[in-house]
Amino acid sequence: MLLEVKNLHVEVEDKKILNGLTLSVEKGQVAAIMGPNGSGKSTLAYVLAGKDNYKVTEGDVLLDGKSILAMAPDERAAKGLFLAFQYPVEVPGVATMTFLRTALNAQRKTRGEAELSTPEFMKLVRETSKHLGIDQEMLRRAVNVGFSGGEKKRNEILQMAILQPRLAVLDETDSGLDIDALKIVAEGVNRLRSPKRSMIVITHYQRLLNFIVPDVVHVLAKGRVVKSGGKELALELEAKGYAQYADEAA
Amino acid sequence: MNAEVRAIKTSAEQRLVQSYAAARGTLPGDGVVAALREDAFKRFDAGGLPHRRVEEWKYTDLRALMREAKPLAGPADRRPEAIVDITSVLSGVEPSLIAIVNGRYAPEWSDKNQSDPGVTVLELFAFAGGSPDYRLGQGPGKDDAAFGLNTMFMTGGVGLRIKKNATPAKPIHIAHVFSGKAAAAMYPRSVVVVEPGAHLTLIESFSGPDGIDYQVNSALELVIGDNAQVDHIKIGYDGSAALRVSTLGATVGAKAAYRDFVFTSGGAVVRNQTFVRFAGEGTKGAIGGVSLLKNRQHIDNTLVIEHAAANCESREQFKTVLDGQSRGVFQGKIVVEPHAQKTDAKMMTRALLLSEDAEADNKPELEIFADDVVCGHGATAGALDPGLKFYLMSRGISEKESEALLIEAFIDETIEQIAHEGIRDALKFAALKWLGTRG
Repeated sequence: MLLEVKNLHVEVEDKKILNGLTLSVEKGQVAAIMGPNGSGKSTLAYVLAGKDNYKVTEGDVLLDGKSILAMAPDERAAKGLFLAFQYPVEVPGVATMTFLRTALNAQRKTRGEAELSTPEFMKLVRETSKHLGIDQEMLRRAVNVGFSGGEKKRNEILQMAILQPRLAVLDETDSGLDIDALKIVAEGVNRLRSPKRSMIVITHYQRLLNFIVPDVVHVLAKGRVVKSGGKELALELEAKGYAQYADEAA
Repeated sequence: MNAEVRAIKTSAEQRLVQSYAAARGTLPGDGVVAALREDAFKRFDAGGLPHRRVEEWKYTDLRALMREAKPLAGPADRRPEAIVDITSVLSGVEPSLIAIVNGRYAPEWSDKNQSDPGVTVLELFAFAGGSPDYRLGQGPGKDDAAFGLNTMFMTGGVGLRIKKNATPAKPIHIAHVFSGKAAAAMYPRSVVVVEPGAHLTLIESFSGPDGIDYQVNSALELVIGDNAQVDHIKIGYDGSAALRVSTLGATVGAKAAYRDFVFTSGGAVVRNQTFVRFAGEGTKGAIGGVSLLKNRQHIDNTLVIEHAAANCESREQFKTVLDGQSRGVFQGKIVVEPHAQKTDAKMMTRALLLSEDAEADNKPELEIFADDVVCGHGATAGALDPGLKFYLMSRGISEKESEALLIEAFIDETIEQIAHEGIRDALKFAALKWLGTRG
């Protein structure tokens, strides 16, 4: 098992958000997490990545059988965890290229691997960005500054493709995207599917799952998983809505 | 009863009065200079060192910060090491060096080859005595208390003239250096006249040994002719215990381009005073600066920008990064005179606080007497954005490196204003070096 979330209870500013969430993700598995607004989807994503101010009061998160809760976000990244942000932040003054290179080499260094040479790195970025419709001009600009919503999401997938994580958490990657942008992003994600890589695809809508077809679907309500099933579960949710789960976790 | 309360002089003030009394007969310059000194002395005798009840000095109380007045520095007897340090910072620039050591022009340690036909370099008092078109000490900032103290004691410097339409091949670097084992005070004064149509890149630097509490009170008078283009970059690389007040008074003619940049990372107490008067129409000015503070450093950038002619544009952008228990001060005043219509002036100052114990004081001011102008100012102070830091760290970049990237981006935005690529790179590198020393 790559990831095990065990009975996770999380508070944010004294408000309980996750209430005993339990979830496992196998190696190579693509797991969709669906749920209504406020069910704790984004909280789960942030807790996995190690954001401050998310207080774990009970439970554990294991990656390769080892707890990651005491690790800083950069250590988790070096272990192969990646979060594609729902709202990627703008980083003024830091060129996208510099950012990608610093991140990749920092991870390699932590893992005891050699840094990539400039030509190797340039080649990697050129090839990867081409598929995502990201041009060189965009790479020279500061990270996400002045990017459209679609460009920001594509930039997240570019980072994922460069960093090659073992577990990618995609937090509402479909939000704010029109159908064309969604297709480009989904194709980018599908290209990264591999038996060595697991993904957690968090979404409110079933639409994304037409393009990124999950192996399993988990339904989150009030901070815990209330139902799990195959990809057909997403269609059922689309038809019936989340109302049926409103009282399950109460 | 009408009792005027007059503060008793501090020991530093008493010492300065005594020093002046002892030195007045031997200080250089002709009768005109001697009269300037006497006038400055009278003002000092009445007002003393500027202190917190003087509005312009509220945040940098020189009376409290300058506990003692050091004796006047004598000439150095060997090439100061600080010259090597500062020239290595600028190694990618290869400017023409003018060394001002312990407050005196030191031709023996300056570049011998000052043979650029567009440039003349003279010792300050030789220049002042032989330049009928220039009157010493009459420019912007002439009424300032620290400038007055410089006038009392000024021991030397250079008078530099860039001839009409000339463009010197290299930037000129006036390096102010303190040299000595014991603390002393130096009072350099220089004058730079840029004639109409000339182009100049002028670097002014300040450096000295760490751990010695030497004192510097410097002044530079800059006169920029019509259609001239001047880039002035001031680098504060003083030793860790130094106290320095530097005054720049610049008068800018019509249709000129003037860019001023102040970089400060050294010194214990530093105040950079920049007085600029836009005296001719159609000129563009950009005044910027970056200060990097740590430990208990106190760095003050004080600007007074006078728009005295119509149709001028000025941009002011200052950044301060504060670590440890440091204190950063920015005071910026833009004055638009009644006839200076169509003035376009914008000022921005931002402080980045890296520590809970650091303090930033920002005071922007506008005084507008014309009715058809565009003026604005803004000031911010804050810590690094935790959301940005988390984003970088979530990609595998360590906390320290994430902070360094964000601080570097904050600083570089302003350093980018410097037109000269070599100087820009030198200061970016200096900023990186500073970041490297953070714990």
